[in-house]
Amino acid sequence: MSSLLAVEIPYWGQSVLRVLGGLVAVLLPAGTIVYLFLFKMMSFMQSRLGPMEAGPYGSLQLVAEVGKWLQKEDIIPDKADRKIFKIAPVVVLVSTFLLVAVLPFGPDAWFTDFETGVFYALAVSSISVLGILMAGWASANKYSLLGGLRAAGQLIAYELPMVLAVVGVVIQAGTMNLQQIVVAQNSGAIFGFEALGNPFILTQFVGFVVFMIAIQAELTQTPFDMPIAESELVSGYMTEYSGFRFLIFFISEFATAGVFTMIAATLFLGGWGVPFAWFGWTGIDDVSNWMNLVGPVILITKMLLLTFIVMWVRFSYPRFREDQLQRFAWKVLIPVSLVNIMVTAVFKVVM
Amino acid sequence: MAKVPGLFKGLGVTLSTMARTLTKGSNTVQYPHVKEAPPIRARGVIALHQDNCTSCMLCSRSCPDWCIYIEAHKELAPPRREGGKPRQVNKLDRFDIDFALCMYCGICVEVCPFDALFWSPEYEYSEPRITDLLHDKTKLSEWMETVPEAPELEAGADKKKK
Repeated sequence: MSSLLAVEIPYWGQSVLRVLGGLVAVLLPAGTIVYLFLFKMMSFMQSRLGPMEAGPYGSLQLVAEVGKWLQKEDIIPDKADRKIFKIAPVVVLVSTFLLVAVLPFGPDAWFTDFETGVFYALAVSSISVLGILMAGWASANKYSLLGGLRAAGQLIAYELPMVLAVVGVVIQAGTMNLQQIVVAQNSGAIFGFEALGNPFILTQFVGFVVFMIAIQAELTQTPFDMPIAESELVSGYMTEYSGFRFLIFFISEFATAGVFTMIAATLFLGGWGVPFAWFGWTGIDDVSNWMNLVGPVILITKMLLLTFIVMWVRFSYPRFREDQLQRFAWKVLIPVSLVNIMVTAVFKVVM
Repeated sequence: MAKVPGLFKGLGVTLSTMARTLTKGSNTVQYPHVKEAPPIRARGVIALHQDNCTSCMLCSRSCPDWCIYIEAHKELAPPRREGGKPRQVNKLDRFDIDFALCMYCGICVEVCPFDALFWSPEYEYSEPRITDLLHDKTKLSEWMETVPEAPELEAGADKKKK
């Protein structure tokens, strides 16, 4: 990032750029997802139009909603553990910001070039469980506690298949650095055919499906929304939150959706890159500087594609029961991803 | 695994609904700008035809939540035939329906022996204050204009006259 677009940037400038970039990388996808999918796509799938009044086609609805949330009274229950109650939403949001730190958006447009990026991302993503448990416990509400405990059980159960699905990619790419995983996919070839690169979705399709199911559960989106279950737990751990604290939970839910799908796009769809053969690049050092501007757009396009699938599934399916949900993780996803790892390892050694 | 085809079928339903909404428009209308015409027998509001009312109190007594208030006094009307006795008729002083209480069961409309009460499909009469939902006989009579002509309930049957 020190020489972004061939301009030398001083250290303080880089720091400011990183903070602004982080904010944009978290909030922009969150806003886009909420408007495009939560407001509009869901409405269309239910044969209605969704918000139409605020701005053209209701595009300013989210601004209105944020205004509404900010002016609401900040209620903290009498018996709540006030300190933890206040910290909890921030913990959840911070885990999202930490996640985005290792994502590459272009050949030089990254926040940190972390050698074990995937490992870090998967480790940091589970911090949100802590925030959710804190919220559930500190609310002094039985619904919240049940929701928090369900969330903990579910997120831990689905963390495993997610990690195991990523292992296949890591074996195939031979690196845990997200930037190098992107390079490995775009400079690869399928039996000498270079025009597609070698996106790992082709070779790691099982891993991709397991990963998508696991992030669906990690984001507590509908087939796996047992922890927030509006109809039985009154939104679970979020029950007692109002005003801007609820807003933070809301933003972090969709920001995490954006970041997780960006990770999925990076791991399986070739991330920010286009196949290097298109422009005759041979490695990361050849990549032209303009990719720093086009790369984020490509990554966000891929992210929107994957988020579309996540949301599509969310709006189509009813909720899993708690035992079915656990059984699905432990008896189906984990064995499948273990077999996937084994097969990948065998192919890696043989070929 | 046997459930997998059903899962994809479900995804297809939502996707085709989205495609239909995008190409042919939604099933809903944008209410304040566009208004849907309610069905002809919709239970929107109860209208009163004052001339038919004899203040017999049947509607008021049959109302499950007592939301109809009737007061009347007796008057002498000119005789029907030449040389007859002047008739005694009941004149309405007050006929109020409290729509905050009304549960739109329609028993009053059914029970009225003189066809003084009618269903109207009119539905835009919300008020900012709940007490304003108590409507008097002038207001109820105004709603008579919105009562549509009654449909034949079966072929050749008499229609309910306004």
